[in-house]
Amino acid sequence: MVPDAVHEGEIAAGPEAVNGPSSSAAASEPLLVLEHASKSFGAVRALEDASLELYPGETHGLVGENGAGKSTLVKILAGVHPPDGGVLRIGGREVVVPNPAAARDAGIAVIYQEPNLFPDLTVAENVFMGRQPLRAGHRIDGKAMHRRVLDLLVPLGVRLDPERIARGLSIADQQIVEIAKALSLEARVIIMDEPTAALSAYEVQRLFRVVDTLRASGAAVLFISHRLEEVFVICQRVTVMRDGRQVLSRPLEGLSADDLVRAMVGRDVVEREEREQVRRGDVVLRVDRLTREGVFVDVSFEVRSGEIVALAGLVGAGRSEVVRAIFGIDRYDAGTVHVAGKPLKKGAPVAAMAAGVGLVPEDRRLQGLVMELSIGGNIALASLKHVRHFGLVRRAAENRFATEWATRLSLRYRRFSNTVSTLSGGNQQKAVLAKWLSRRPQLLIVDEPTRGIDVATKSEVHRLLLELAQEGVAVLMISSELPEVLRVADRVLVMREGRLVAEFPHQEASEESLVAAATGQTEMFAP
Amino acid sequence: MSALPDAVEGAGTEAGSGSRRLADVIFRVREFGIIAVLLVFVAITSAIQPRFIDVQNIKFVFFNAVLFALLALGETMVVLTRNIDLSVSSVLGLSAYLSAHLFSQVHGVPIVVVFLAGLVIGLACGVVNGAITAVARVPSLVVTLATLYIFRALDVIIVGGGMVVASTLPNSFLAITTSSVGAVPYLAIVIAAVVLAGAFYLRSFRSGRELYAIGSNPAAATLAGIPTGKRIFSAFVISGGIAGIAGVLWAATYGTIDSTAGYGYELTVVAAVVVGGVNIFGGSGTVTGAALGALLLATINQALYVLGISSFWDLAIDGFLIVVAISLDHWISVRLTSALRKRSLQHAT
Repeated sequence: MVPDAVHEGEIAAGPEAVNGPSSSAAASEPLLVLEHASKSFGAVRALEDASLELYPGETHGLVGENGAGKSTLVKILAGVHPPDGGVLRIGGREVVVPNPAAARDAGIAVIYQEPNLFPDLTVAENVFMGRQPLRAGHRIDGKAMHRRVLDLLVPLGVRLDPERIARGLSIADQQIVEIAKALSLEARVIIMDEPTAALSAYEVQRLFRVVDTLRASGAAVLFISHRLEEVFVICQRVTVMRDGRQVLSRPLEGLSADDLVRAMVGRDVVEREEREQVRRGDVVLRVDRLTREGVFVDVSFEVRSGEIVALAGLVGAGRSEVVRAIFGIDRYDAGTVHVAGKPLKKGAPVAAMAAGVGLVPEDRRLQGLVMELSIGGNIALASLKHVRHFGLVRRAAENRFATEWATRLSLRYRRFSNTVSTLSGGNQQKAVLAKWLSRRPQLLIVDEPTRGIDVATKSEVHRLLLELAQEGVAVLMISSELPEVLRVADRVLVMREGRLVAEFPHQEASEESLVAAATGQTEMFAP
Repeated sequence: MSALPDAVEGAGTEAGSGSRRLADVIFRVREFGIIAVLLVFVAITSAIQPRFIDVQNIKFVFFNAVLFALLALGETMVVLTRNIDLSVSSVLGLSAYLSAHLFSQVHGVPIVVVFLAGLVIGLACGVVNGAITAVARVPSLVVTLATLYIFRALDVIIVGGGMVVASTLPNSFLAITTSSVGAVPYLAIVIAAVVLAGAFYLRSFRSGRELYAIGSNPAAATLAGIPTGKRIFSAFVISGGIAGIAGVLWAATYGTIDSTAGYGYELTVVAAVVVGGVNIFGGSGTVTGAALGALLLATINQALYVLGISSFWDLAIDGFLIVVAISLDHWISVRLTSALRKRSLQHAT
């Protein structure tokens, strides 16, 4: 796993550390200790007496539902929010991190889910901005910078051109750039805040190898994820948070996913009962040889009423592009789209909406919600004709209309007039769903419906999709989370490099078969 | 698992350096593009009216171009940080009058002192712009729109109905802009050197790169520990100082200075910067591009004059060039992004 060529010691990986598993580390002193940390925002106590111990050479999982205080904890360690109380010790010494620069100086680096790079600058400049190596006359030494970035990237087993500009890098590569930056700062504590949320299965694998390399070099990694299966793959120790407190913290050995879920929610989550017999109706969506040059080719499939069809594949396989083309946001070069037997005008979202198609986009902040508009306003936004009198939107009618759907989706909010930005991630997603469901679509397209939302809300969204299917709605779902695909979908279509490469009915789909089809490495899992 | 590492190693450097070449070429083509348009324009105009490539005419072009190229240098530094300085024309006017006025106030004042006076006036104006933008965090569009009027009003109050006339200015001062080697004024050579120095600074020094970083992603710049306020402040002060010097040069060029000196220049400067390929939202572009943009606009201006076309067309063509430049920028960046994305996809699979 670990590349044997560790270059010129940017990573302080001693030879023994490279091979050393975590067993010896358990005996060592913790690198970072946070004790009794608390933090309130106004009247809301986000963190109450939270504690955390991170050991060198270990990857430590941090799990908990949304609102459990994980983000607040990360922000305290990152120096974004100063804590109200508590003690932070690094390497035995007490430190305070009132701002991000102080956290950086203390050896803490945070890799966010969506990295914050300079799109116009090169990878090398992104890594070394403000700290570029200099030569005579305080000039930037471009060659040294190039070499040092390669020295950071090569041991991670990642090939990225240091002179390439950051615009257009995949999220996974952007994270790698952030990790290289952390290493160049000689960070000893590396916090990854849901790094896998936007990654494809393949990219997750690569990230895991990088994390293992970091761990082997003696860093303490804090790994936050909603995907418990990932925690079991990558972590040696786990901390579970609930309501701003630590409820469990111990080595992972001997724990099961159920144990963690119980600790997270404080109760058992009921798994969905075995699928009822699918009641397939008429074809609602027929896509025939849809092609967009350079993006996707010859994509043909059908979705029937009452059916949930999942589009699986790597991020970048062209799945979102296909649904965007179907809905009319993007153009396409060839092929046809029929909804309920009638051809759909291309490049016209209004026509798609009129034909009863709803699209819940991937990025709810950018595409799904008007963040500064009220919750009620957002839900009613796609159905203004129902709440309009003589051309004016009536607030009371809008609220009545929105309440109905908010109740059905058990949306948790304080007041309808609050802006939608005050909702948590999971509830924002419900608001987007409510907006489209209130139009009573025949075909609902959902793109990554549960990205970045907590386990309990996730299963609510799943239940909702299943209910909709029962009511005869055709559902087309894009998801990068295989357990979700396996759980919800009646049929799974797999895309790779812009082509539809495989189709599995519910019974035949398995995590292995989907990954194999998506990566094109069928031999990998051959029996 | 065994198949995966290969895929990683396979994401080789060829594809990487390929995308680098592509990006390089496109950015260089951007400056070549301006030169190409410039040459085509000169060729067509001189074919219709051979007088256009007279020594005298080329001199006129340079007279105009040097002032705008200089102002574009300062403006570029500001625009790179995702800000804008609209007040440059008023700073120029204020500095032009006050510095030229010195000659009649103080007998035998050395020319260096006059330049210093212009510089100080410009720096002072820049400090006002920079402080309000960087410290009080008021959007620079609003701040410099306000100071555009305020500095001009100051100018009008000070000048009143008066003016400085060429006869009160020493000949050595007026010669600064007129003396030349062949058709190329000395001043043009000096300004070209200054622009190249600016380009070198922006490319090779940390604080120069930080201007790009701030414009490219302000939030990330703060997180990277860049003193964004200080850098933005400095950019405004430099832009102000340059406008101050440009004011003195304006006085030396035209000799007659009233309260309308440089009126309306601000938008021409912004036009030169944008036509020169500097992203109006910051983060990318070069000062050499901006200077070439200024040269192009000055050439077109003079060409229309020589061809006897109304100067109203001048404005229309400037506007047309801005739209073309911005559309081209957008088109290039969309193409570049999708080209780079495709390459990284090839890496990933």
